[in-house]
Amino acid sequence: MASEGDRRADTEVASRRSRLLSGLRLEAEGAKGVAIALLSTVVFVAVVVVAVTQSAGWPEVRRTFFDWGDISSSFPDIAKAFVLNVKIFLVCEVFILVLALLIAVLRSLPGPVFFPLRALATIYSDLARGVPTILVIALLGFGAPALQLTGVPRSRVFWAGVGLILVYSGYVAEVYRAGIESVHPSQEAAARSLGLSRFQALRRVILPQAIRRVIPPLLNDFIGLQKDTALVGTLGVIEAFNQSQIDSNATFTYGAYLAAAALFVAITIPLARLTDWLIARDRRRRQAGALA
Amino acid sequence: MTAVRLEQVYKSFGENEVLRGIDLQLADHEVVCLIGASGSGKSTLLRCVNLLERLDSGRIFLGDEEITRKGADVNAVRRRIGIVFQAFNLFPHMTVLRNVTLAPRDVLDLSRRVAEERALELLGRFGLADRRDEYPDRLSGGQQQRVAIVRALAMRPELMLLDEVTSALDPELVAEVLNVIRELAEGGMTMLIATHEMGFARDIASRVCFLDGGLIVEEGSAEEIFSRPTEARTQQFLERIIEAGRL
Repeated sequence: MASEGDRRADTEVASRRSRLLSGLRLEAEGAKGVAIALLSTVVFVAVVVVAVTQSAGWPEVRRTFFDWGDISSSFPDIAKAFVLNVKIFLVCEVFILVLALLIAVLRSLPGPVFFPLRALATIYSDLARGVPTILVIALLGFGAPALQLTGVPRSRVFWAGVGLILVYSGYVAEVYRAGIESVHPSQEAAARSLGLSRFQALRRVILPQAIRRVIPPLLNDFIGLQKDTALVGTLGVIEAFNQSQIDSNATFTYGAYLAAAALFVAITIPLARLTDWLIARDRRRRQAGALA
Repeated sequence: MTAVRLEQVYKSFGENEVLRGIDLQLADHEVVCLIGASGSGKSTLLRCVNLLERLDSGRIFLGDEEITRKGADVNAVRRRIGIVFQAFNLFPHMTVLRNVTLAPRDVLDLSRRVAEERALELLGRFGLADRRDEYPDRLSGGQQQRVAIVRALAMRPELMLLDEVTSALDPELVAEVLNVIRELAEGGMTMLIATHEMGFARDIASRVCFLDGGLIVEEGSAEEIFSRPTEARTQQFLERIIEAGRL
């Protein structure tokens, strides 16, 4: 057994060394590559800048979009409004993750007995993904409060949030389902053979593996949700996008839009990088597993 | 006492009739080896006993209880039967210890302390105590398969089903797994073993059954089957095995 362990350690060291070597070789070849990439980027940017600034409409665009005064003066108001976007996507994400998981589990129930539940979950997924998000938000945001149901909130923000949850749960359920189906049936067989119930097997064995595998695509949908909170503004609610529209209408310039865009980007880009990093780490791990 | 009894078990997958009327009985403490070519129905037979497959017809008894009757508690039956698979099927997201304690804690409702004590005692007995905190992918195939055996044993089953448990192992790792099984046999565990390891079957089996085309073609002591097979199909099968240098 000791020799086995040694053998394992040896292959590991060897594979680490080969990774390192291949990295160095790339770098050695890459010195020229980096220079080429740099040069081509400079040329590309120069061409674009010249083309844009030489265009007939550029002075007008520069005045209406790139007035630093407009951008910076509108920024505080928009940042304040952006807090609402942040609240919406944080709260919605929690409900989406739970609801979508429920739908995904319903869709993966086997056997003819569960056909109605499966069908219902499938229809839901299709509808949620089929109707444009902006329509769902308009329908719920204007329609639901108009019903004047007792005991039900009439806030447009609330109903817009419900709309986002319904739409995104459709997408996220598909992500979960892909994860569930990627866990080999032998895992369920092993769990059930030990006497675990179907639910216990799902909770302890299948879902933990499935969810781990789909974290990157889940984050991807989370980024989409963050941007789509701007759609809530179409109901007249003052969030970042709506606030930037108000500012832009006041000055007849569009710098405020840039301020709003910068706020969204400031949140989505770090998340996008985190997603990339997780995907890369996952790939490395799987390759390491395949080597072992 | 009868540990397990199969009566006229039939099972097909679509057009493919895999089991075509299996009758088999194991007494307590008996070790029965199923041999036969791939596709002869050995694995399916084991999976039927564990109710992982539903029978087309026939009955299976565990002790006096018919486990294939309508309304039988499947989970309760499986608690009493341990199965070990060819591909180990350990849970990759759990440590060795967690793999072994999962079912005792969740199914038998043992406290964490008691479940871990039981697990550590078993892991220690099979030379795995120092691996308790490793994840399965850090273990060799032989170690993984021994963990899988321990995981099944932690439920204190009355019957163990072993489904070609050494077929996925490198040759030098086979012995460590076979030794564990030998130790179980010496301890009196009732076992139904599907195997390609003829030497091992000859060594350990109180009885050997040769399966072909979904039927038990010949059944007898290891000595009878391996040295004086009477059925032509058994003789042909064993000749091929000898040619391949596996006996």
